[in-house]
Amino acid sequence: MSAPAFGMHLADVVPFNLPSIDYRLIAPILILMGAGLLSVLVEAFIPRRGRRPVQLIVVFVALLAAFAMVLAAAGSRAVTAEGSIAIDGPGLLLQGTLLLVALLAAMLMAERMVDPSGDAFAPRASTLPGSEDERQFTQRGYLQTEIWPLFCFSVSGMLLFVVSNDLLIMFVALEIMSLPLYLLAGMARRRRLLSQEAAMKYFLLGALSSAFFLYGSALLYGFSGSIDLPVIADQITAKPSQSWLLMIGAAFVLIGLLFKVGAVPFHQWVPDVYQGSPTPVTGFMAATVKIAAFGALLRVLYVALGGLQWDWAPMLWIIAILTMVVGSVIAITQTDIKRMLAYSSIAQAGFILVGVVAATREGLASALFYLIAYAFTTIGAFAVIAMARDSSGEATHLSRWAGLGRKSPIVATAFTIFMLALAGIPLTSGFIAKFSVFTAAIAAGDTWLVIVAVLASLVAAFFYLRVVVLMFFAEPGPETATVAVPSVFTTVALAAGATVTVVLGVVPQPVLEMVANADVFIR
Amino acid sequence: MNVYTPILVLGILAFGFALFSVTLAGFTGPKRYNRAKLAAYECGIEPTPQPVGGGRFAIKYYLTAMLFIVFDIEIVFLYPWAVAFDQLALFGLIEMVLFIIAVLVVYAYVWRRRGLEWD
Repeated sequence: MSAPAFGMHLADVVPFNLPSIDYRLIAPILILMGAGLLSVLVEAFIPRRGRRPVQLIVVFVALLAAFAMVLAAAGSRAVTAEGSIAIDGPGLLLQGTLLLVALLAAMLMAERMVDPSGDAFAPRASTLPGSEDERQFTQRGYLQTEIWPLFCFSVSGMLLFVVSNDLLIMFVALEIMSLPLYLLAGMARRRRLLSQEAAMKYFLLGALSSAFFLYGSALLYGFSGSIDLPVIADQITAKPSQSWLLMIGAAFVLIGLLFKVGAVPFHQWVPDVYQGSPTPVTGFMAATVKIAAFGALLRVLYVALGGLQWDWAPMLWIIAILTMVVGSVIAITQTDIKRMLAYSSIAQAGFILVGVVAATREGLASALFYLIAYAFTTIGAFAVIAMARDSSGEATHLSRWAGLGRKSPIVATAFTIFMLALAGIPLTSGFIAKFSVFTAAIAAGDTWLVIVAVLASLVAAFFYLRVVVLMFFAEPGPETATVAVPSVFTTVALAAGATVTVVLGVVPQPVLEMVANADVFIR
Repeated sequence: MNVYTPILVLGILAFGFALFSVTLAGFTGPKRYNRAKLAAYECGIEPTPQPVGGGRFAIKYYLTAMLFIVFDIEIVFLYPWAVAFDQLALFGLIEMVLFIIAVLVVYAYVWRRRGLEWD
């Protein structure tokens, strides 16, 4: 074959076919990206006083519109954009959940009643902590509105992450999701040094995990000659012999995703980042990143690496056990409520992994249900943490929560519901979630894993219930935090989180049917 | 494999020569130490003037560098499109316009936030 001569047209060498893109199916992603751009323009052209209301309108309209598009696409099963995006049951279900949870998170971020000097974000993130500039900006009542474009971009990345069907799109989505979050983590109004430390750690470890993911993708491409997940799956079945390229590639891709999930031994960033970030952002990322990362992890495991199940299952067994045990045990020793919930989120990731390891339709369905239940409970819990305060900001030390139940019974009751749900007590969503995950795992023959999981949840129940006991069975003293009276934003988010937690525990049937109908990934 | 043999041989020769001359210099050369030998570049001037105590660079350089990357990436995408734009047809044009709009939004933001003014 001779090389193409100079002056020969490109089209003679590579014919170009127009890609077929179903814009209706990817509309939710496009809406959020468009909203992000629009809200950058708002930042540029609307005067300072008018920015906040306009931004809130843009964000909430975009979230609702995107959710409507997800509903309209319900039942669709299609691979679009030249095989790079797969719209299917799990994808749409997770997109819908992501949007609803993001809606609640946006409400928490919009709250500016609980802190007397404004919202949860530094008026100018670029000022030095404790400097004269910072004091002046605070005094003038400036609000950080650049959180909204970042928020929109992050959500659009999550929506893309859970439906991406090739490794390159998945990586791009991972970055669109993560980069704004690194920034948001560093913007707390109070305890700014802690917040900036969190942002730095999140960024460095996030970049490391992205590098793992990318390197793994390159190796998988080397093995299969494609970045499409289904093609990789076909190549795995077509080449039955063991390949180091495949093994290391798959391991690296999984490590990248397990980082985001917060599974042990890739969990070190979780406590510091959860503690340092502004509480609404902690709630946002604790709930949504978990959903998005598990969505992508499930798709990679079930679609691309399904043929390797006997290789990754033992590895994930060990990781699931480590994650549950380490998360539950270390959470006991925590004295800061945000750190405690961080370790709790690690333990919860372990429980979800139990469903993932099952590698059956029931396993997938139970993991999806767990994610939905966990996300709403988490966002509600962080709403309460944002409200328990003293004069210097949030009172996150556990001792400050003693007697809170006597002082503010309603809020303490809501927090109790969330703690019971995370512990997996019946009549809450957490019980149904744990029950369905364990059932799926036993059906798949992972009895020993379930025994460990049950023991770990017993340990975990201790520290969840300790907070409840502390709130209700101790006398309120001068050290007890005060629950700030929130605006309608936090109230709605808190009520929605508590309602979903209880409803999913009492009448879980509709959602269980929904996840059972969405338990197959399209190929 | 045969086509790579000369490259391999050349590589071995080059490496051997480097190793040989460095080792030889260690045995035969004079050994007189002075402070200049510890500097980053033994020859020429310091790459940038270093103020006492480490010093700081103005954050403006960072902004300029970032803006450069944004527009550089735009060119990276524009160039292949310009080469094949008649093949990519209307679809390519629309996609490119969308991309340029996204970059324009960034540009508008930087301009309105006075990122283009040096002082």
